[in-house]
Order: sequence, then structure tokens, then C-alpha cells
Amino acid sequence: MGPSGSGKTTMINIIGCMDTPSTGSVILDGVDISRENASSLTRIRRDKIGLIFQQFHLISYLTAVENVMVAQYYHSMPDEQEAMEALAKVGLADRARHLPAQLSGGEQQRVCIARALINSPQILLGDEPTGNLDEENEGIVVDIFRRLHDEGVTIIIVTHDPEVGDVAQRKIILEHGRIVDDIDQSATFGQALKLKSHS
Amino acid sequence: MFWRMITKTLIRQRGKMLMIAFTVILGVSLSTAMMNVMLGVGDKVNRELKVYGANITVRHKDAALMNDLYGLSGQGVSDKFLHEEDVLKLKSIFWGFNILDFAPMLDGQAVLNDGETVQLLGTWPEKHATLSTGEELHTGLKALRTWWEVSGSWLGEDDDGSVMVGHLLAGEKGIHVGDSITLNGKAFTVRGIFNDGGTDDSKILMTLPALQDLMNLRGKVSTIEVTALTTPYNDLARKAAQNPRSLSPDEYETWYCTAYVSAICHQIQEVIRDGVAKPVRQVAESEGTILNKTTLLMVLITILSSIGSALAISNLITASVIERSQELGLLKALGAYNWQIVLLVLAEVMITGLLGGVLGYFLGIGFAQIIGQTVFGSYIEIARMVILIVAVILFFVTLLGSVPAIRYLTALKPTEVLHGK
Repeated sequence: MGPSGSGKTTMINIIGCMDTPSTGSVILDGVDISRENASSLTRIRRDKIGLIFQQFHLISYLTAVENVMVAQYYHSMPDEQEAMEALAKVGLADRARHLPAQLSGGEQQRVCIARALINSPQILLGDEPTGNLDEENEGIVVDIFRRLHDEGVTIIIVTHDPEVGDVAQRKIILEHGRIVDDIDQSATFGQALKLKSHS
Repeated sequence: MFWRMITKTLIRQRGKMLMIAFTVILGVSLSTAMMNVMLGVGDKVNRELKVYGANITVRHKDAALMNDLYGLSGQGVSDKFLHEEDVLKLKSIFWGFNILDFAPMLDGQAVLNDGETVQLLGTWPEKHATLSTGEELHTGLKALRTWWEVSGSWLGEDDDGSVMVGHLLAGEKGIHVGDSITLNGKAFTVRGIFNDGGTDDSKILMTLPALQDLMNLRGKVSTIEVTALTTPYNDLARKAAQNPRSLSPDEYETWYCTAYVSAICHQIQEVIRDGVAKPVRQVAESEGTILNKTTLLMVLITILSSIGSALAISNLITASVIERSQELGLLKALGAYNWQIVLLVLAEVMITGLLGGVLGYFLGIGFAQIIGQTVFGSYIEIARMVILIVAVILFFVTLLGSVPAIRYLTALKPTEVLHGK
């Protein structure tokens, strides 16, 4: 968490192998990604990272299931059955054949989450994933994150929303590109999640 | 997934893709028309230049030597003659189909009724024959002297009792159409007065058998004038013209099987006993010059239209890619390599280009026929090799037009388009 310009998105971009640090090093799964070339970063991002965006960034002319399959195509092999299961996991099995324009914001974000999860990434990166959602959909998305966390997925989320920040196991506060606070919320983690998902 | 994305993109971006296809149609149709005209124009230009007369003259080798050494020709230069029976063999040579018209000529002289000696010219005014191949032949001097102004009428094929008189001689002697004149005491009717604009205007023209009888030279001819469709000279043809024996076997085969005027002359000499065939320089060179310049013009138009198409395609593709930068940046973020994105965009453009190319090709054939009808009054023969050439041009034009878009794509950073940074 942190104010605008504090470096939250830059940090997400660097962890997501979409940007490289000007100084220092970033170790991801034992690899210093600050030293990798563009092609290696693409491969690492494809194999280990799942991305969730505030604006969802779904391809407008592809259906929900096809949007999920695009991520499969660039990872390995498209499998419609598997893509359908991913959509079912986020509660959108009956909306799979709809175009993004026919889906609500919350549904689009859930397609985005299904797309991020389809290749079983080690890390899920979310840049303001609830920033464009109403409270009800925010609750649904946070609940999905909880279930994914329970399944062992590492989730890193950038947010302005203190309520979303409170449900994290660990909260890091950035200011002007520096960590100003690193709070372990393990003790209240489960409780806050329940409160959030039932609100 | 690849084809699904391409199909949906083509449908969604149909406006832009139609613009690209339209640009390709214009470029390809112009290139197709120009190249078909370029490849088919040779015979057309040759036929147009046929009005300038024969482009090959065949003489007996002794007469040819006198002509080469002293520039002499006509009656009395040599007492050696070609054989009339060989003349029709011209159509039997390898390039016989390219021999359009020909006429044997016999020079002679006789005493006119006023006691003065006049120059005579015996020929086939018209000749109709059936060749051994079954082909019907219609040729003669009338087809070779299309520029002649004739008052009265031309001699007929078997009009052995009539003559045509050159207008200078006719004026000098007061001869008119319908008059009767005597040559060596034999009477002839003047069928026509002709204006050649050259030395023949002082001669009397008669059928070949009539002159052969008059001169007692049955079956003999002095020269044969030939009009043939030829290919412009190049280095190989020049080398062969100097000495065909200097060619390698491969060069000889290429030269022999190409309608160079020297190759046709060489083949004529193979069938005309003791004959030496020589191109009429002015006509042969004019044909070559006009053909080369026409070809150059067509090539330049093709190149310019290709460059124009490439620039237009470049603008359209770049605009399309910039408009889709967020989508393409997302694909990169999802793990697509640069080459995969480039392949996707190129496939879209190539499919559009292919569709435009096919339509453009058929439109170009239509343009070529319009040009053929308008300029030459006949259809242009469609050259199949143009399909291959157009396909190669289309591929490179589309590829070159895509270069700016490809450069933009490879430099595109997902973070710039996904986070608005």
C-alpha cells in the first residue's frame, strides 16, 4: 500500500518481469531477474506469474473462455475444457460464451483472475484488482483470493483500499520508492478475511 | 487459437483491412496490367512497325557480298540467283510462325515502246498457297508495301499481262492507268500507278512469272523481303550475329530458340540455298529501341506503384497496430514473445494482402485488355509468369509496408499500455 507515486505499480511491474530495476537486484524463485534479458523475462513471466489488472484488459472480441484460452495458448496449449473449469472456479461457468462487453465489471475481473490462474502460476500479481469494483464484487473477488491463498498461491496485491490491505497476511507500506512499514497480519489474517468476505 | 484470433481480428477491423485490401488491389492491378502489357507488347509493337516494311532481306551470297563491299544492289550486280521454289520454305523454319509476310523480288530491265530502257521489278503482288503443314498462306508485296499510294489497282496474283508503274516514271512517260505499254515488244496493260516515296518510283512492277519469262530467268529470284516478329537484341544476340560458332552449346540453344533477328536470319539461310539473310538495320533497331523504352516505362510504373502501395500499407498497418497497442501489449504480458506478436500481425496483413492480391490480379487482367484494345486494337495475351512475379512483389511490398509496425511492436512495453505509464 502507499500513496500515488510511491512505487507500488513499479514494484509489481518488476516482480512481474515487465520492467527492470535501475539499481539493485530482484530474486524470484532463486533467479536474479534484474540480470535477465527480455526473452528470459517473458519466459519467466509466462511460467511463474499471473497478472490481474485494475482495468481487466480483456480482449474485446473474444469471449470469456477465449480470453482465458489466450493465456493457455501463449503458455503451452489451449484447452477449452480446462479454461471452462477455471471460469467455473470463479463462478462464471454460465457466462463463458459472453463477450467482455456483456459482462459486469466484477464478472470481467473474475475472467481476468481465471486467465491469471489458468497456467497455475507461483505468484499472482494484482494491480488495484478491486479498484474498479463495487463493494459486492470487491467481496466476491477478495473471497476468491482467500480460497486461492488457502490452495497455496502466493498473492501480491497493490491497493489503495485499507480494507483490502487489512485482509493480507503481510502489509508493506511504500513511500517515495522506499518501504516505510512492513506489518505481519498473520494473527488477524483469517478473521479479517471472513469479515471482508461477509460484509 | 491463432486462427480464431486472426479471424475475429479481421472481422472486427474490417474497415482498416478493407482499406489495406483496396490499396493492395490498386497496386497489384496496376502491376499486373503493366507486366502483362510489357510481356505481350513485343509482338504488338512489331506488328505496328510492320508498316515500315521488311526487316530481313535475303540475297544470293554473291549478290550479298557485292552489297556488303560496294553497296550495290538491283539488276546486273550479280548473275547468281536464289530459287523461287525455296521461298515457301521460309514458313518451315523453327521461327516460321514469326514470319509474317514475305515476297520474292527479281530485278530486270527491258526496252519500253519509246525505245528507252526501264528498270523492272518482278514479285508476288499477292500469294495464296497451302503449305505442307496444311496452313493457308496469304502473303505478297501488297502486305509489305502498306504505305504505297496506288491509283488504279494492285496487280492480282496471276495478273501476268498487267503491270504497275512507279509514279515518277509514269509522269515522265505520260503513262496512265489503263494504257497499254510494250516491254521488249510484249504488250502489258497498266493496272495501277504507285507512289513508293523511294527508288521504286522509277520502276515498273510486274508479276514474278511475267518478268522471269521476259528475262528468261524461269524459277529465279534476286532477293526475298521478309517481315518477321523479332526479339530485341541483347549481348547474346550481338555475339551470335558476329559469329554463331563462337557460342557455347548452351548459348547456341538459347539463341537459336529465341526470336532474335540474327537467329531467324540463320534459320532462313538453312532453307534458302546459297542465300544470305541480313536484317534491315533501321527497322530492326527501331523495333528494339521502342520495345526497350516501352518495357522500361512499364517497369518504372510497376516499381512506382509498388512503392506507393508499400507506403500506403505501411501507414494503415501502423495505425492499426497503434490502435491495438493495449491488446498487443496484453499478449506480451501474458507471455507472448515478440516474434509471436509479429507473426500474428503479419498473418492478418498477409491474408488481407492475399485477398486483395487475387482481386487485384483479375482487375489487372481487365486493365491489360483495356490497354490492349485501346492502344493496339487487340487483346493482350495473359502471361502466367506474371502471377509468380506479382505474388513475389505483393509479398515484399506487404512485408516492407509492415516494417514500421513491426518495429513499433517489438519496442512496445506492456507496462506502457497496461498501466498508462
